[in-house]
Amino acid sequence: MKKFINNNDDFLKESLTGFGKAHSDIINVNLDPSFVSRKNKTKDGKVSLISGGGSGHEPMHGGFVGHGMLDAACPGFVFSAPTPDQMQAAAEHVDSGAGVLFIVKNYSGDIMNFQMGAEMYSGKNDSIVTNDDVAVEDSTFTTGRRGVAATVLVEKIVGSLAEHSGSLEECKKLGEKVNKNAGTMGVAFTSCTVPAAGKPTFDIGDDEMEFGVGIHGEPGRKREKIQPSKTIVGNILEAILDNLKPEKNEKNLLFVNGMGGTPLTELYLVYEDACQILQSKGVQVTKSLVGNYCTSLEMQGASITLLKCDDEILKHWDSPVHTAAMRWGM
Amino acid sequence: MSVSFLISQAKGVQKVIDENSAEIEVLDQKIGDGDHIFNIQRGLKLVVELEDSIKDLPLAKALNMIAMKVLSGIGGSSGALFGTFFMTMAKSPDLDKNVDFNKACEMIISGIKAMKERGKADVGEKTMMDVLIPVSEKLNELKNESEFKSGLNEVIKIAEERMLSTKDMLATKGRASFLGERAKGHIDPGARSSQLIIDTICKSVINN
Repeated sequence: MKKFINNNDDFLKESLTGFGKAHSDIINVNLDPSFVSRKNKTKDGKVSLISGGGSGHEPMHGGFVGHGMLDAACPGFVFSAPTPDQMQAAAEHVDSGAGVLFIVKNYSGDIMNFQMGAEMYSGKNDSIVTNDDVAVEDSTFTTGRRGVAATVLVEKIVGSLAEHSGSLEECKKLGEKVNKNAGTMGVAFTSCTVPAAGKPTFDIGDDEMEFGVGIHGEPGRKREKIQPSKTIVGNILEAILDNLKPEKNEKNLLFVNGMGGTPLTELYLVYEDACQILQSKGVQVTKSLVGNYCTSLEMQGASITLLKCDDEILKHWDSPVHTAAMRWGM
Repeated sequence: MSVSFLISQAKGVQKVIDENSAEIEVLDQKIGDGDHIFNIQRGLKLVVELEDSIKDLPLAKALNMIAMKVLSGIGGSSGALFGTFFMTMAKSPDLDKNVDFNKACEMIISGIKAMKERGKADVGEKTMMDVLIPVSEKLNELKNESEFKSGLNEVIKIAEERMLSTKDMLATKGRASFLGERAKGHIDPGARSSQLIIDTICKSVINN
């Protein structure tokens, strides 16, 4: 394992402390229990949005705390859900009286810990669960689809509504709409290495890729020989379009997300391939996002998310945001 | 069951889990994401380190401190599930009186029931509940028997059989559920760690 690390026990604490110093104009980092919150107090009457999850997906979620997005984020250990006392402390810290909306990715550990945190928090609160990963079959018999990169879009769009005085109920409703309108699928070329493990999570050949990979290096749909970008992107889009079935005149946001180890050069190439394929299928792309937003440590690979946008979604996508990882309009 | 019993069991379990950590790590990497063993080891270390602060406390308080430590120090599914287990045990009535075998069984049974509700998982879904639920059912049969030591040998056997049975299951809960057919052929790491915990505690009770 080659990583910038001093010792494993301090890995997260040291990284969070550095994050706090680097972005001290926007956020504060609280340790024990760990949560990232906005530097400025949530204004009275604004619904507070809190997300969280295992670390290792940076900038998700701490990088999305700030104006127009989250009020707080609770980082767990690398790839492990955060603990209920973190959610409780974060909620008590940021709630200005309008209630708290927890944004939770659909993983068993996250669901359980957020549920317990919500039970322990005495103020008004509600939750939404994201599950945009179309690589996983959804059925009533399974945990269901994973919550992955579209969580970024949910946090941005609902964050804007909360900033524009949306109620807790309205924020939850919009979050559920964005989640339902989004589909994601990822592919990995290499594994990631959890610092505590010290070795790669999975073995993969030099000429292989994991198609439909999750954001923790957990296996996806199938192991395949690597193919040209156009073929990979085409297969990913086919799965997404099959699921979302966008209308011809509908507007869409195309989000190419890096897993951490793939350079932007390649992510833009993926974006170009996706644009061409979508155009040939008559799918309109009106908004874009390209970069490393929901990563899996140093994994090489990318995911593609398509989000069907109505006027409400477009308005809240375009509105100003100022966080460590996403900033425009202000 | 006493506080000193809890501490000595935690130490015994820690030793066995550490000895088997490589195997559990590999199982989790096959069908999960590899965090399970680190979470269990971190939890056990935290509980063992509590010794000085809980050794003179009443049982209910000690269980509560263990619960909060597990809940806030582990994370992931294991933290929520084992935290729920200890929290439920701490809420058992009459803990200030002598906790005999019957009472201890009832506490464990109620703790496992609460884990089942928290995780919304049942037998046959390739999780730690495949081991814990049958063990809880067996304890329910055994709890009123005066000669429970031979019964504990059956508990050990049930835990092992059920742990092995997860190998050919499809996962429908937890992270392994995302694999579909590909999860088949691998023992569930949570079932393996739970079986080791039960095996260690039962053997220690039988031998004392």
